[in-house]
Amino acid sequence: MNLETVATRHESEPRREARAVTKISVRHLDFFYGSFQALKNNNLDIAERRVTAFIGPSGCGKSTLLRTLNRMYSLYPGQRAVGEVMFNGRNILDAGVDLNMLRAKVGMVFQKPTPFPMSIYDNIAFGVRLYESMSQRAMDERVEWALVKAAMWDEAKNKLKQSGMALSGGQQQRLCIARAVAVKPEVLLLDEPTSALDPISTAKIEELISELKTDYTIAIVTHNMQQAARVSDYTAYMYLGELIEFGATDELFLKPSRKETEDYITGRFG
Amino acid sequence: MGEHTYKQFDAEMEEIRSGVMAMGGLVETQLARAIQSLRHPELDQIDTVAADEMAINQMQMNIDQQCSQIIAKRQPAAIDLRMILVVVKIVNELERLGDEIKKIAYKAHEMQRPERLTAVRLHEITRAAELAERNLQLALDAFARLDVNAAATVIVNDEAIDAAFLAILRQLISYMMEDPRTITPALEIVFIAKSIERIGDHAKNIAENVVHAVKGKDVRHATAEQIRAEVAE
Repeated sequence: MNLETVATRHESEPRREARAVTKISVRHLDFFYGSFQALKNNNLDIAERRVTAFIGPSGCGKSTLLRTLNRMYSLYPGQRAVGEVMFNGRNILDAGVDLNMLRAKVGMVFQKPTPFPMSIYDNIAFGVRLYESMSQRAMDERVEWALVKAAMWDEAKNKLKQSGMALSGGQQQRLCIARAVAVKPEVLLLDEPTSALDPISTAKIEELISELKTDYTIAIVTHNMQQAARVSDYTAYMYLGELIEFGATDELFLKPSRKETEDYITGRFG
Repeated sequence: MGEHTYKQFDAEMEEIRSGVMAMGGLVETQLARAIQSLRHPELDQIDTVAADEMAINQMQMNIDQQCSQIIAKRQPAAIDLRMILVVVKIVNELERLGDEIKKIAYKAHEMQRPERLTAVRLHEITRAAELAERNLQLALDAFARLDVNAAATVIVNDEAIDAAFLAILRQLISYMMEDPRTITPALEIVFIAKSIERIGDHAKNIAENVVHAVKGKDVRHATAEQIRAEVAE
């Protein structure tokens, strides 16, 4: 399922934005946890500067798919991906890929906020120092820029030296987003970023996602279907490792083309 | 469609669908009474038809309220969302049908006053009303069974009702030109004919909404051929 086919179905819609450009192209992707096959021949294009949401019941493979997009699975023995994930003209599944550089370009934020046990400032500066050497002044500017991007600056500017662990859950998650943004990635992967947050913090993160997509390509895994409907431009419905339907969110939530998708999004999934 | 994991959601959806069918049933009864008053103006049905109209108004408000509650509580999507949007539109059509039917009964009531009993025959108007009645029944059946083929037939049938309206109009113009004493009763029949034509339009709108609910396609401004093609897909 590529963006060409998805976009073609919407040519008649006058308010559609310009056709999206493919940022990551997934082809014939299989994924194995040991002998268990968690992804089966997944094919899709992730659009540049758009939000792509992955939905589906627990164990359907949506987080697994997300974790292949920055080779996060390579940290664990026995996990392997087969197929093609093209990013900036290169198959990132190839053996010679520099994983540190890949993860700098494809940042990830997890379900549970994971601030480092250090100050708010250092939480952000830590990742930047791994990839760039810069003056203190430039670093100060980068930290401020990242916190502004993550809609955290006003709350954090007077307590940059305080521990990141002392923030509320919602603030911690936005700090993690600031940390991911600070290394200037091209893609942000969000794995259930709001499932541990209250509705107000969730709304702030969702608002942030809408703002960030003007600069970044975003892929989000969520169990909250309304969240997928609210924040994403494209939605992929997955079930038992297969990509069942991929399409424009506006269409998928009003008139999905597959019955399986309709059953899931209307709560008929048994 | 299968059942929701939340059984209460199924019960709530069934309740609004049953509500629409009950409301449609009352509108059909009200229309039958109005047609009866056209055939037999001496049987004054105006109070009953007016009471029906008030009951229909109340049913519309109740169903609208239930739909608002489902949207607020369940955040419906896909077929459920389309069904709820369509129910809100259909009950609006039914409420307006109630108004039109009441107008017919009022006009029939006016016509039975002795000074108005000039000879303008009501055969054609009664026949047109029966056409509209059958088409409304078919539209409500199409909703009850979510039958897009029946809905497409309703949309096509409406052309016959429009044609009957124009034929009545031409006939009445001839009467009025020949004998100016017929102008007052003829104008009253024009109003009745217009209400019948509007009943046909509301039935057609209900049918278009059924197609939207089932197929997810908006066919409001499509031609009969386009609708048939859409339904056949």
